[in-house]
Amino acid sequence: MDFSFSEEQTLLRNTIQSFIQDNYDFDKRQAIVKSEEGMKQENWKQFAELGLLGLPFSEEDGGLNFGSVETMIVAEEFGKGLVVEPYIQTVVTCGGFLRRASASIKEKYIPGIISGEDIWAFAYAEPQGRYNLNDLTTTATLDGDHYIINGYKSVVSGGPWANKFIVSVRTSGDQRDSDGISVLIVDKNSEGLSIRDYPTVDGSRASEITLENVSVSKDELIGEEGKGAELIELIVDETIAAICSEAIGAMKVLNDATVEYCKTRKQFGQPIGKFQVLQHRMVDMFMQYEQSVSMTYMVNLKLDEEYAERRKAASGAKVQIAKAAKFIGQSAVQLHGGMGMTDELNVGHYFKRLSMIENSYGNIDHHLKKYSSAG
Amino acid sequence: MQLGFKEEDIKFRDEVRGFIKETFTDDMRKTLSLSKNGHAGKDLHVKWQKSLYERGWMAPNWPEQYGGAGFTSTQKYIFESEMAREGAPRTIPFGLSMVAPVIMEFGSQEQKDKFLPDILESNVWWCQGYSEPGSGSDLASLQCKAENQGDHYLVNGTKIWTTMAQYADWIFCLVRTSKTEKPQEGISFLLIDMKSPGIEVRPLITLDNSPEPHQEVNQVFFEDVKVPIENLIGEENKGWTYAKYLLEFERGTAYSPGLYRGIKNLKDIARDTSIGDGLTLLDDNDFLNKINECEIQIQAMEFVELRIFSALSAGQRVGPESSILKTRGTEIGQYLQELAVEAIGYWSHPFVEDTFANVNEPSIGPDYAATITPEYYNGRKTTIYAGSNEIQRNIISKAVLGL
Repeated sequence: MDFSFSEEQTLLRNTIQSFIQDNYDFDKRQAIVKSEEGMKQENWKQFAELGLLGLPFSEEDGGLNFGSVETMIVAEEFGKGLVVEPYIQTVVTCGGFLRRASASIKEKYIPGIISGEDIWAFAYAEPQGRYNLNDLTTTATLDGDHYIINGYKSVVSGGPWANKFIVSVRTSGDQRDSDGISVLIVDKNSEGLSIRDYPTVDGSRASEITLENVSVSKDELIGEEGKGAELIELIVDETIAAICSEAIGAMKVLNDATVEYCKTRKQFGQPIGKFQVLQHRMVDMFMQYEQSVSMTYMVNLKLDEEYAERRKAASGAKVQIAKAAKFIGQSAVQLHGGMGMTDELNVGHYFKRLSMIENSYGNIDHHLKKYSSAG
Repeated sequence: MQLGFKEEDIKFRDEVRGFIKETFTDDMRKTLSLSKNGHAGKDLHVKWQKSLYERGWMAPNWPEQYGGAGFTSTQKYIFESEMAREGAPRTIPFGLSMVAPVIMEFGSQEQKDKFLPDILESNVWWCQGYSEPGSGSDLASLQCKAENQGDHYLVNGTKIWTTMAQYADWIFCLVRTSKTEKPQEGISFLLIDMKSPGIEVRPLITLDNSPEPHQEVNQVFFEDVKVPIENLIGEENKGWTYAKYLLEFERGTAYSPGLYRGIKNLKDIARDTSIGDGLTLLDDNDFLNKINECEIQIQAMEFVELRIFSALSAGQRVGPESSILKTRGTEIGQYLQELAVEAIGYWSHPFVEDTFANVNEPSIGPDYAATITPEYYNGRKTTIYAGSNEIQRNIISKAVLGL
């Protein structure tokens, strides 16, 4: 057993830390978030130059062949800067699908990700489905050598920036069956695809996507027709591991900021950190953070385990991280008092991002049920 | 000991219901529902308050000699409950329930004549100048200074978290008039015309991101502001006593009626949220248990309030126990907001910049979703303001438990 990081991993962490330092202080991030585009293309180019966009892809596909621990490091450091560029969406989630696709799909699409040319988003959620990945009313029917897609996808994270989508569709079966789900690549410019973009409360962007008789070649199918559910669940678990990593980065910043503030903010003639009731709150924040780090390591190390083990690891980590995200986010605001309530201080922005992570890819109740049914 | 209201109370309740039905129009309901922070612009609030004034119900807590409604304690409770149950606009408290009682108790006859009628008729909008950047929980450390220049005070300094100062005609301020060993002893209570030269109001955008002019709080700056000496309340350096008197009013509200309304809204949302197989979130036992657990907490709150109201009816004073209401009321309120965010699932993510301006655009997700997450964010203030809940617990610990 060894929980230390290799020299190469430490180097990776340092690289990202200096990127954040140079490009993601509070004012710079605010400028990005408030810009019309809502992300910064130059940052994306820099990710490409640093090799980050090729991190999980095999050398054969032009990547660095790194594993989940390296992804965890990147996501954690991005979490500290509240990076909005859709790294997880493109590289971890959509990259995860593409890595497991046919040789021709890999060849066609992975180079565009690694070079930074393409940005991808995963369109899976539907309004009626809540967090059930299998609850799909979006359908695809084969017509000759094309699928014709009809349906609606909701709150597609990073949708406005993406030029390519991976879309979960029903090719057969009933609305909530796990059989009959397929995964298709859809170009944003496809005829019949209409999109409504909007900001999200955490400073990111998302889209509502309507698909009306959108035609895609059957070569754009990832995996086997009707057998997509398992693959989707695997990729979502990998994504959960990455957003847990992002979350612990954000928690760390909040905890440090709160301790620092309580050491310097004086009321009643002393730093407020001298009051025991606040000390204990910060100790609880610290313990929640440490447990979250541990669960994040755990899930990232168990992604390759057999199903039940992986299921419990991902859902367990998500439950711990969601609880800690809420407690740490709310406590950081509380301990900063009125200042914690303002848009001018970074604390509120971390709180908001953490509050969105709480229910991304399923909230606590959802994952407790998944955990319980995993056996 | 008995539950239930007397016949004349039921009659009064129906009168209140009738008034709300007639006066709280669909337009007003719609406008209020667009607000992320519970405030819906000056016009709506003034219009509402003027209707209350015309009915004689603007000031349930004022003595009748000043135009108070002349309610019994039970009627007050019924009135507040019915208003909260319907989600009617809150009467803006700064004039009505904060500065007015202080003027009545400690003000001169001239001050009473000048200020009270305009407050009652909602002709003048007040705001509260208490907190400063360096003085939050420790209010007595405030630094905003007023120098006595004979016929006027010269005020310099700043006040922060000033709710709706952008609409205010007047501000009541705690200012430092002398440096004393005990900081409480050098504070005075001053009424300041917001149109005085040297006052600047800067909006503070909070986590709900309501844009100007719908921001909730501001910072107010005073630079060489001349305030006529006759605007001092009571005696110089006695302001702390008046401020403490005022705080009792700030903390003495009933929470449960508004919280019950929150439960009703939450159930409506859950009923509207599909979880598949023709079921709704209200069929999900995990979630239903949370709603019900919250409802039970509210009931416990309600009966604490009823006991307090009953004690008031019997002529007793409510002391530091009112801190129980503030502490539990705000914490349950926050829990309700969390549950609402939980209920709407992914619809908690979209952000609508200006809900008032976007009224004609089709909403993303259900109509009610746009304000739920901002309300949750904004609600975090409730355990911070008006004496943080840590401070409230200190009060209970010292003043009630004697620790």
